[in-house]
Amino acid sequence: MGWQPDVTEEPLTGWGLTAPSTASVLRGRTVDAVLNAVREAGPRGVLARGLGRAYGDAAQNAGGLVVDMTALDRIHSVDADTGIVIVDAGVSLDALMRAVLPFGLWVPVLPGTRQVTVGGAIAADIHGKNHHVAGSFGNHVLSLDLVTASGSIETLTPNDDLFWATVGGMGLTGIVLRATLQLEHTESAYFVVDTDRARDLDDLMARLTADDDLYTYSVAWFDSVTTGRGMGRAVITRGWQARRDDLPAKLRRDPLRFDAPQLLTAPPVFPSGLVNKLTVRAFNEAWFRKAPARRRGEVQNITKFFHPLDVVGRWNRVYGPRGFLQYQFVVPFGAEGAFRRCVEAIARSGQVSFLNVLKRFGDGNPAPLSFPMPGWTLAVDIPVSRGLAALCTELDEIVLEAGGRLYLAKESRTSPEMLARMYPRLDEWRKVRQAADPSGVFASDLSRRLML
Amino acid sequence: VIDAVGNPQSILVLGGTSEIGLAVAARFAADAPPGRALRVVLAARPSPRLDSAVGRLRDLGCEVTAVPFDALAPHTHRETVDKAFAGGDLDVVVVAFGVLGDQEKAWTDTDAALELAGVNYTAAVSVGVLVGARLAEQGHGSLVALSSVAGERARRSNFVYGSTKAGMDAFYSGLTEALRPRGVHVAVVRPGFVHTRMTEGLKPAPLSVTPAAVADVVVDAVRRRRELVWAPAPLRWVMTVLRHLPRAVFRRLPV
Repeated sequence: MGWQPDVTEEPLTGWGLTAPSTASVLRGRTVDAVLNAVREAGPRGVLARGLGRAYGDAAQNAGGLVVDMTALDRIHSVDADTGIVIVDAGVSLDALMRAVLPFGLWVPVLPGTRQVTVGGAIAADIHGKNHHVAGSFGNHVLSLDLVTASGSIETLTPNDDLFWATVGGMGLTGIVLRATLQLEHTESAYFVVDTDRARDLDDLMARLTADDDLYTYSVAWFDSVTTGRGMGRAVITRGWQARRDDLPAKLRRDPLRFDAPQLLTAPPVFPSGLVNKLTVRAFNEAWFRKAPARRRGEVQNITKFFHPLDVVGRWNRVYGPRGFLQYQFVVPFGAEGAFRRCVEAIARSGQVSFLNVLKRFGDGNPAPLSFPMPGWTLAVDIPVSRGLAALCTELDEIVLEAGGRLYLAKESRTSPEMLARMYPRLDEWRKVRQAADPSGVFASDLSRRLML
Repeated sequence: VIDAVGNPQSILVLGGTSEIGLAVAARFAADAPPGRALRVVLAARPSPRLDSAVGRLRDLGCEVTAVPFDALAPHTHRETVDKAFAGGDLDVVVVAFGVLGDQEKAWTDTDAALELAGVNYTAAVSVGVLVGARLAEQGHGSLVALSSVAGERARRSNFVYGSTKAGMDAFYSGLTEALRPRGVHVAVVRPGFVHTRMTEGLKPAPLSVTPAAVADVVVDAVRRRRELVWAPAPLRWVMTVLRHLPRAVFRRLPV
């Protein structure tokens, strides 16, 4: 298909900039183009790709075809009364949020960046700071149109097994073309935020356990570098959507205004090793110090509360050319000891993690490969360097033993056996996928690496 | 595929009894995460030495297959490469075969000269073409060519060997550029004196290394996607100086 102007051979990586591979990338401008791509898929298969925010190799298909879905980005309808929207899979959550806020509507699940597509959000069954209240993205999908391996379009609802195999299915059941989403109503685009500092890991977990349920949104940033007495010291930010009456007079005039500046884009020239022990220690210290020990009722905008990293475009370049990985796991409630051992292992390893996020998850959903389950989740960003593989392997063992698991949207290095043991319902998912795609038309580097 | 922390799932060693090639496989095997055995394909002429190499890698937990490979029979190379890829994608391919030969014989005896050229250059080019095509098709992978500092400047003492390595070095340096847009990484590795069967009984040159040390350099080159490396690393600067010495001076050096 090299003669088609819409197809180019491109090296692709995930957001972590590791493990590059080359695929033919088709810009999917029309539904027909996507259907043809699936019907004419070669021996190495086809895969949809959105904005490439998965950290590992989930949106790569070496030697095969990758359909860039970002050109299919129409919002077909918005119903302000019911909160139901119909959108193309390539619509970003950023665009969707901007479009629906004037109607007083809110995207119910937002991850750490708005730069993800609806298709990607479904495929990874993403979660946000409100998981303990709202669940993950799939919980808010009323129906979706899926291009299946036969090259036809199937409309699926939560009554279908294939729907739940697609939610969290990492794009391996087909290509989502369009989805109907149930949004929430909101009076403002602002948040009322309470900030607390926890002096160590025990204090942190005790505070989160005590009153997390009072808040719609809850997350803790914690220090992964400090060992000993202050290990796990953290800044907890929790809040809820501001009502119009919560806002100061100045903001009340335009409560649905979307405040989301992007100040700069990181250039591709950062050397390896800029994120090192010294800089990370300094950053961790400063972040902890600058937070108030306790503050109540502060009004924050979307970027400040939700997406501080979106202020800098391409911030992933800061880690240098060797890239980085994000290790995110969840262990069930009751496995606090295992959680503590993981934090200790990270702090002790000398690996430097820049961004450490801890959160309590609420109930999971019916999707066999969905990541969230009731328990503690931790995400750490670590630049690739010597010893990182061994640390991750050590963490894998602790997480597995505790009955926990890794997040496929972040996964980039574990073994097929480890993953299968972490997801006991993998075989159930495989059966549904096998029935929908018997010859394996949909494939990715992730699926080959983990033998999904 | 090679994962985010630089561990491959599969490796092909062309010259499956090469000490350096086997050391590279062993290094990657040692780093493989538990539950993910490294798949190793050893391509070599069937021999007891090959059998023992297979056994040793199996003891390290690798899943090993052996594929017959005769460097001096280029018409059989396609079949060798097809068989090597029959088990699925190969993440790392090491072109590790080569002979040193008797250097005095090599420049005075046609058969000896042609054998050196046939193994070190012709066969290396032949498998480079075939493997390069397979890696480009799969869209990922690292192709490692074991060249030699001997190819950087011809010396009286081993210039036939040096000329074959100069040729294969140039070929793989060009292949690096040709395959880069296809997502394939090519690394040219230039070891100095390595303590192996091939150099047994020879007087070690300065900065000599073990096969394991060369393997460390290879593994690092694969992980960082480096395209030209020396083993040990300081040889790069030594060779830069040696390359530029006037002939009258170079001739008198005890190297």
